[in-house]
Amino acid sequence: MVGIVGYGVYVPRYRIKTTDIAEVWGDFSGSIGKGLGVFEKSVPGPDEDVATISVEAARNAVKRAQIDPRDIEAVYVGSESHPYAVKPTGTMVAEAIGCTHDMTCADLEFACKAGTAGIQMCMGLVKSKMIKIGLAIGSDTAQGRPGDALEYSAAAGGAAYLIGSKNPLATIEETVSFTTDTPDFWRREGEDYPSHGARFTGEPAYFRHVEAGAKSLLKKTKTTIDDYDYFVFHSPNGKFPVAMGAQLGVPKEKLEDSLVVRQIGNTYSGSAMMALARVLDLAKPGSKIFVVAYGSGAGSDAFSITVEDAIEDRRGEVPTVDDYVERKTYVDYATYAKFRRKIKALG
Amino acid sequence: MSNNVAIAGVGISKFGELWDKNLRDITLEAGMYAIFDAGVPGADIDGMVIGNMSAGRFTGQEHLGALAVDMGGLGDIPAYSVEAACASGGAAVRQAYMAIKSGEHDVMLVLGSEKMSDVNQTEAMNTISVASDWEWEGMFGATFPALYAFMARRHMMEYGTTEEQLALPTVKNHANAVHNEIAQFQRAVPIEVVMKSGLLADPLRILHSAPITDGAAGLVICRADLVKKYTDTPIYIESSEQRSDTLALHDRKSITTLDAVVSSTKAALHEAGLELKDIDVLELHDSFSIGEIIITEDVGIAKKGEGGKALEEGITEIGGKFPVNTSGGLKARGHPVGATGVAQIVELCLQLRGEADKRQVDGAEKGLAVNIGGTGATSIVHILGR
Repeated sequence: MVGIVGYGVYVPRYRIKTTDIAEVWGDFSGSIGKGLGVFEKSVPGPDEDVATISVEAARNAVKRAQIDPRDIEAVYVGSESHPYAVKPTGTMVAEAIGCTHDMTCADLEFACKAGTAGIQMCMGLVKSKMIKIGLAIGSDTAQGRPGDALEYSAAAGGAAYLIGSKNPLATIEETVSFTTDTPDFWRREGEDYPSHGARFTGEPAYFRHVEAGAKSLLKKTKTTIDDYDYFVFHSPNGKFPVAMGAQLGVPKEKLEDSLVVRQIGNTYSGSAMMALARVLDLAKPGSKIFVVAYGSGAGSDAFSITVEDAIEDRRGEVPTVDDYVERKTYVDYATYAKFRRKIKALG
Repeated sequence: MSNNVAIAGVGISKFGELWDKNLRDITLEAGMYAIFDAGVPGADIDGMVIGNMSAGRFTGQEHLGALAVDMGGLGDIPAYSVEAACASGGAAVRQAYMAIKSGEHDVMLVLGSEKMSDVNQTEAMNTISVASDWEWEGMFGATFPALYAFMARRHMMEYGTTEEQLALPTVKNHANAVHNEIAQFQRAVPIEVVMKSGLLADPLRILHSAPITDGAAGLVICRADLVKKYTDTPIYIESSEQRSDTLALHDRKSITTLDAVVSSTKAALHEAGLELKDIDVLELHDSFSIGEIIITEDVGIAKKGEGGKALEEGITEIGGKFPVNTSGGLKARGHPVGATGVAQIVELCLQLRGEADKRQVDGAEKGLAVNIGGTGATSIVHILGR
């Protein structure tokens, strides 16, 4: 059965506290970060971008999978901050991790769910036996306009998943998607920062699509909330996934382990995949995981996953999500502004 | 007293961020509800007025009179929209009232409508800001929160109004809206939450301010001698008065008294042959909580400077001597600018008909609505009786 044969993540070491961002913009009560449920967010260093983050995550995935990278026959990188508008990130990643040249590769974009779209594409290729192993990455150095609500959560990080059928450490039983044309969040060519529809990003966008994806998956798999041990929802902040869980009747303790957003912020294309990685780091064999990724624009990808015995042998070799969360160096707002090239005079 | 004009039916759409509906949907909804409530045959309606502030900027659609008549299938009757900023709805009611009183029309549909959530919040704020004196206020960044903040700060300085008192209209109006099923915010808000909400313009906070709202309201009004044909619970418009003040706040002799509200209220009470003590229920324009405090004083419920104290004493709560904003007001029912003045009249009609359910003021016979535009450059007062 098709499944995850390896996975790895990467989170830049720099952090800024959301209270530090708030003070720059005149909110001394700290209510914004608290309201969003995001206390710190990761900040990429000046030499980090989606290519470097993707390479780090992919190297961890390959090491955990104990595969030969020459067996990877498809590489897809999903992001909304690819370093180039034209020129793939995926080719840089493939060369860096030692793939052969006899493979297919493409960059993907679907706001925050391009990485999970890559997983679905790899699943199709593996299931149809066109490839042995595919690599799907979700990675971002997310942009938040200075002073905008997004600045409190837009973070950096990535997660890489190797999809294959031989000796998976978790099987993916089913996947479904729900897609509409809903303009809740966008960035046009050449613009530095995305625009968003404020509260329109909630009810008619995130909640509608995640709920529809979740219900569709439950129906297709003839399962209920009770059949799953862990839930993972795309986490644009700490508030939305918790509210979604409450709406669907998910017990809090089944969601708690996935809420890395509180410590590292929203890693966009990496968000749901990073949260899933945290759960895979902890889950016992036999556990069932329910995942719904969301991308603005808008759509959701839902997955039903079962953890296999093989997972226990693959732990301890590569850093966990928590290892990266705990490895941190705080920066102040000025340093953050410099690292993120928000100071325009520097070019 | 002038018993020439009566309200035969009322209708109102849901108020809120209505992502799935457009300007036409909500306008049609309110109009149809009003017509069904009145039980009036469409062919009897011989004119229509719609209050709207800025559909052109909010949705790209103007010419709303023709639009509403077309959507409603009301034939070739005359129809037009009126604009008086946040008082556009009250102005529409008054235009129809005068048209019937003049003898030109017999039965009219009055609508108020605004679809504000189709543009982003910055654009919505800019659109509302043009109701101030653009050359002297808006252009220099004096948004309505800033202008009302001047009024609040001055009121605090002159009369010792406190931050706790500033929060009270919000607490009261949210508590009332819990029982109003069309309200945007049907939930109570504790005073601590109001006082800690984000600052807009010191001392005004986000929870002192009415929200951006989509919504529409409608009335069928007619010659009083015809109204019994349509309804057993007619409500009479006992007076309609309107006054103007300087457009810019800085041209007034005081920024803690709204002269147009004082004079239009006095004139309306005089016209109706009533005193304030005869009024059982009021809808007062609370676009910002300081607005409700000042208008509470300017209509005469409290002495100048004691509006905050009146709120503390519960005089304006349901069960108090002068219940204000039983609907939830602009703050909690929502403030679709052009619809607000009509929505106030809808609420008073429900109260006087005894149909306000859990927010009913027992035995209410007379109601008064104050609908203002901008910082009070327009004030329109209606007194209703059953």
